[in-house]
Amino acid sequence: MTGKRFWSWLAVTFGGLYFLLPLVGMFDFSMRMQRGAYSFEAYRVVLADPRFQQTFGYSVVLALLTIVLGILIVVPTAYFVRLRFPGLRPIIEFITLLPLVIPPIVIVFGYIRIYNTSSILPLTGSWWGTNILLLFGYVVLSLPYMYRSVDTGLRTIDIASLTEAAQSLGAGWARILTVVILPNVFVSVLSGAFLTFAIVIGEYVFAALLNVNSFGPYMVWMGGNRAYEPSALAVIAFAITWACMGLIQLFTRFSIFSIVRR
Amino acid sequence: MAFLDIQHLEKAFGAMRVVKDFNLGVEKGEFVSFLGPSGCGKTTVLRMVAGFETPTSGAICIEGRNITGLPANRRNIGMVFQAYALFPNLTVEENIGFGLKVAGEGKAATRSRVGEMLELIGLPQLGGRYPFQLSGGQQQRVALARALAPRPQVLLLDEPLSALDAKIRISLREEIRRIQRDLGITTIFVTHDQEEALSMSDRVVVMHQGIADQVGTPFEIYNRPTTRFVAQFVGSLNLLDANVVDAAAGKVLLGDVPVSLNRPLLGRSGERISLAARPEIVTLGRSDGDHVVLAGRIADVHFLGSVIRIRVAVEGGLLSLDTFNQPDRPPPLLGTPVEVSVSHRDLLVLAA
Ligand SMILES: Nc1ncnc2c1ncn2[C@@H]1O[C@H](COP(=O)(O)OP(=O)(O)O)[C@@H](O)[C@H]1O
Ligand SMILES: [Mg+2]
Repeated sequence: MTGKRFWSWLAVTFGGLYFLLPLVGMFDFSMRMQRGAYSFEAYRVVLADPRFQQTFGYSVVLALLTIVLGILIVVPTAYFVRLRFPGLRPIIEFITLLPLVIPPIVIVFGYIRIYNTSSILPLTGSWWGTNILLLFGYVVLSLPYMYRSVDTGLRTIDIASLTEAAQSLGAGWARILTVVILPNVFVSVLSGAFLTFAIVIGEYVFAALLNVNSFGPYMVWMGGNRAYEPSALAVIAFAITWACMGLIQLFTRFSIFSIVRR
Repeated sequence: MAFLDIQHLEKAFGAMRVVKDFNLGVEKGEFVSFLGPSGCGKTTVLRMVAGFETPTSGAICIEGRNITGLPANRRNIGMVFQAYALFPNLTVEENIGFGLKVAGEGKAATRSRVGEMLELIGLPQLGGRYPFQLSGGQQQRVALARALAPRPQVLLLDEPLSALDAKIRISLREEIRRIQRDLGITTIFVTHDQEEALSMSDRVVVMHQGIADQVGTPFEIYNRPTTRFVAQFVGSLNLLDANVVDAAAGKVLLGDVPVSLNRPLLGRSGERISLAARPEIVTLGRSDGDHVVLAGRIADVHFLGSVIRIRVAVEGGLLSLDTFNQPDRPPPLLGTPVEVSVSHRDLLVLAA
């Protein structure tokens, strides 16, 4: 083994350990709920907890709604910006990146100020209003990922020609977007969607400050009140996130449309 | 009024006038080519006809109906693009059926029309493939079928063969023309390739800097170009500088050699003009009758196989001429003094 290779391996091993050791430790700890035996008892307790089921279910639904709303907003926007206003692209991109720069706590305080019960639009005053506010907030949080991936997808197809071809065949905007554009950026939309899913599932700040019982606050509450279950929950959350990443890879690799592009 | 009528069409992008007072009438079933160098505005005119660009002024009418303000998706005009622009996520059949589906055509009718189109382009067995599984030539044929399937009133093709290699280009050229004739569809074909335009078209529009320089049959365009640009752009051309001596009698001076053209000229006496001759009308040796005979020396010989292209230095410039190869007659040697002849009639007079 040459010296160069040795150092490369060392760097990779160090990096790997840095990420894996805490996970392994946490997993190990989560298996020790029963004294003297390795078991999935903590997982069983967590999964059987009705509050887990309720908050997790709620977050999944919210994540799916966030994805749908995000696609409805981002795909047409990114498409028309590329097609008609290419000069605006850097500005739009900057705007979509803002949620990465502005801390969520600032955004949510802004929401609470604007939409509080004594405002013109008292969204925080009702169950529906709060949920809608949370949904819109999550769409904003997901913008950087959604917009970037959709925009990257659009770059790989000749949207101007495809649009004109469809128009000359009689198609209107709705059909062009749903039948021509969306299927061709589907993989990109999916990767944006899975990232969004991962973000929404574990989000804490928005939910806590809007006083919504979603999965994020539930995990925090667990962490403050139990010993073994929080580790089990963390492992579950990790597994979900990783599954999302894996699915992105899977779709990217095996989709017919990604073959099309090569 | 012609079937497709383009009147005083103008297009400016900002301060740049790209199309200037463009007029054209295309008859039903006619095949018209726009020929011109890159950037002369061919695509822009085509895109205005298709509805992708809005004219700055002027009108476009089909069958007497003004469609200038109509959006592209309501014009019933088929379009074929240089880059094929097939929908990558749809199969060949779905691509061809796209326009029919948009038009609300029933399933059975669509299927039979798609089958018909696949037969027409000679790819009946490839209906289930995706575009990326086809060669460039096959993709372009599918694009043609897709554009034709909804029975458009007019078919527009924007340099459809430019992305293909030479062999396919020629065979597809013939195939497009055959299909166009079979269907009798009114067609505009944009190209910068003069051979394509001349060989395919009923009429050719030669464009230059946003202007239609000349409109005519390929034969007219080639043999009777009306502007210097057309003469130079279409085919290869010999240009000799000359001075008009007597316009009415058609006498000019090539260097210090007097030449009589035997017809009145438009220019004034003393004016500089250019005499132009296609290589194939210049013959080696002295021809009697109504021929202009010039003396010169062989400057260059290119043996191309069946054709030998010879350049002769004469007063006023270099003359290219083509002769056929003859096994018993080797090409002339460089520097040999020769005479060349051109018929008066075929010698074009162009403004210098
Ligand atoms: N959308 C546009 N904006 C500005 N200039 C354009 C646009 N489209 C075409 N042009 C200009 O118009 C001229 C003619 O273009 P085009 O019609 O594409 O020429 P051709 O098809 O004959 O090559 C070119 O100089 C081109 O740069
Ligand atoms: Mg062009």
